[in-house]
Amino acid sequence: MLDRLIEFFKPHVWPLVFAIVIVALVPLIAGYIVLLERKVMADMQARLGPMRVGPHGLLQPIADALKLLLKEDIIPDGADKWIFWLAPLLSVTAAMLAMSVIPFGPVFQIADLNVGILFLLGIGSMGIYGIVLGGWASNSHYSLLGALRSSAQLVSYETAAGMAIVSGLMFGGTLSTRALVQAQLDSHMWFFICAPIGFFLYLVASIAETNRAPFDLPEAESELVAGYMTEYSGFRWALYFLAEYTNMIVVASIATTLFLGGWLRPFPNAGWAGFFDYIPMLLMLLVAGYCVYRAPKQPVQIQKLVMYGVAGLCALLAIILALPVFGSAGSILAAMKPGVHGAFWFLAKVTLYLYVFLWLRFTVPRYRFDQLMSLGWHFLIPISIVNVLGVGIALYLHRSVEEGGKGWPLAASIILTILATLAVAAWLAKRNETKPALAEPEKF
Amino acid sequence: MSDITTTGFANVEQTVLGADELIINMGPQHPSTHGVLRVRLKLDGEKIVGSECIIGYLHRGVEKIAEHRSYQQFAPYVDRMDYVAAVSNGLGYCEAVEKLMSVEAPPRARVIRTILTELQRIASHLVWLGTHALDIGALTPIFYCFREREEILKIFEKYCGARLTTHAFRIGGLQYEAYDTLEHDVERFCKDFATKVDEYETLLSENRIWVGRTKNIGVLTAEQAIALGVSGPVIRASGVKWDLRKATPYAAYDQYQFEIPTGKNGDTYDRYMVRMEEMRQSAKICLQAIQNIPTGPIMARIGKVLKPPPGEVYHAIEAPKGELGYYIVSDGTTQPYRVRIRPPSFINLQAFDAMVKGHLVADVVAIIGTLDIVLGEVDR
Repeated sequence: MLDRLIEFFKPHVWPLVFAIVIVALVPLIAGYIVLLERKVMADMQARLGPMRVGPHGLLQPIADALKLLLKEDIIPDGADKWIFWLAPLLSVTAAMLAMSVIPFGPVFQIADLNVGILFLLGIGSMGIYGIVLGGWASNSHYSLLGALRSSAQLVSYETAAGMAIVSGLMFGGTLSTRALVQAQLDSHMWFFICAPIGFFLYLVASIAETNRAPFDLPEAESELVAGYMTEYSGFRWALYFLAEYTNMIVVASIATTLFLGGWLRPFPNAGWAGFFDYIPMLLMLLVAGYCVYRAPKQPVQIQKLVMYGVAGLCALLAIILALPVFGSAGSILAAMKPGVHGAFWFLAKVTLYLYVFLWLRFTVPRYRFDQLMSLGWHFLIPISIVNVLGVGIALYLHRSVEEGGKGWPLAASIILTILATLAVAAWLAKRNETKPALAEPEKF
Repeated sequence: MSDITTTGFANVEQTVLGADELIINMGPQHPSTHGVLRVRLKLDGEKIVGSECIIGYLHRGVEKIAEHRSYQQFAPYVDRMDYVAAVSNGLGYCEAVEKLMSVEAPPRARVIRTILTELQRIASHLVWLGTHALDIGALTPIFYCFREREEILKIFEKYCGARLTTHAFRIGGLQYEAYDTLEHDVERFCKDFATKVDEYETLLSENRIWVGRTKNIGVLTAEQAIALGVSGPVIRASGVKWDLRKATPYAAYDQYQFEIPTGKNGDTYDRYMVRMEEMRQSAKICLQAIQNIPTGPIMARIGKVLKPPPGEVYHAIEAPKGELGYYIVSDGTTQPYRVRIRPPSFINLQAFDAMVKGHLVADVVAIIGTLDIVLGEVDR
């Protein structure tokens, strides 16, 4: 009996461990993305950003989380209590669930579904229920408008994002996230080189889907106060916040997996690019060195200690990253390499992708709602469909090489279809300019 | 603006889907109503079919206070009206009382007044630009704007010790002599300020989103603008070349060369461009003024106790936000019989309903921003 139970649970042990690690770490990572966002914002705006809690504000996310946990929990009088209570949970559950199929390394993945990408798209759309229900249950005009905007926006951009993903999938020929990365390793290139337009479309659509600037209309603070979150406070609000940042990590992970080679280092097959293996550990050593250098300059004793602590942590990471590189071939250390370095490269790519989100947020103003819709329906969706067609034609032209020996080389066919797609894009852009916007201001 | 007690709006239209209109209260506590403006919006979906501005949340009875203060005592109160352009308010009041008493400030005082007022115009426009961009969703320009505004406030602080509500001028001239490095400070600031304006423009002027959010938004034709009595950059953006600095020169403006920028379409983008150009022109005026500051006294010969002869006077200046007028009635005593202030923000706000109709909720904040209202001045 016991044997059979153990036999039954055995394949679930590692996924369970991974799931616990992810659920424990994601809120922390989301908190530090907020800190990163505030620091990047401060850098772009000629100021320092959070500096008080911990050295350089390093403990700010923890202080923020504590504050939110201790705040009074307010449910407005006219609100629908149960739905008000349920909505943020829905949002955060959907966002967390999406993390389950993302491969952080060749091993570190909760479940390698054969319909991984499809699952991601479906679960991603579930999150909108949390927003719509939350906005509706708050019994406030601003919340309702924010929720309506959010749902309309998500529905519009989901199509473009889906089509953009399809263009990447056609090169991989699979829906499983792990197999997609493997396909990029086998074909010796990341898919964003094959499908740059698809990657770009996904970048734009994913910004819109996560309600980030310049598409952050559902929570545009200068118009709708805080959109669907207006009536939320304390921990419930924190849950929405967590859902939003988890969603950002999810879309960045999808883009990384599908277009940026997942856990692979740059040029994974090329022998001359072996020096890339040393970069993670050197980077960590650099950070550790900087912390040691800065530590004596901290004004308070505890800040010095924290600084040394961070340095120690980075040094430890550097050692962990160095072991597989210097371990003799065939040993258990060398076998760790794909896992440890894979996680590093994956997180590095996700961070880069998120940096683009932040960069855009602090640079450009916000779209108006009709302009957002117009951009989605009149430009992104047609282009994404044309792009899928183009990729299909390119692959058809190329595949006939393998069969008949008379087809086109891959590079030539891809470049040709990219040019064709760009021409269509230019034509669409021109056409949209002459066409009046959806909501033409009335003549007085 | 209709009466607050009436339930309906002046102009009720049929909604597109025949659905009920949604009435939204924007403010008085709202991030982008620039203080305590309350706007009732009647929405069809997100489209605005009617609007009503409700003001008075910041009413302090400035005009009534004037009747119980001597002329000098009232001067600091006017700084609290348009608190982002206190120097301009003070200039208007001081000149109005001087006109009532038929005295003139000495040339040196007038030139220094001009310099400080033009610096204040730049500072006021910088606050406008930062908040306007913030309302439309550009988070960064406000920090660059406040960086430059800080330089101006430092000059004010060095001159009179105060930064915001300065009370920089006195009736009859200036209380303080210019400090030693005033010319140097102003020159250093104004010389590279034009490049700073270019810097703001790189962030916004050709940004597709910015242009899309401001072009053809809140259009005010020249006829409408004149009929509504708006002034300042709002009327100039509609193509009317009306600037009191040229029309009825005061202080030392008749001595300097500067352009009056005007727009064509009277939309939000034009008002943006007009104000940007005004900042450059103001810097130009300051640079001309510091070249030749006359020497001599800084106060006209007036008594300690001001007793203007009975009579009345209206004096208006071109404040950063438009025509700022003071109508003062004297009954021959030490206290004004009546002071009536014509604040530019209050009159410009009247154009709000005409500008906002047919637009979307998002445009409301753009239009409030482009009117550049200060509620301290609207409510007084």
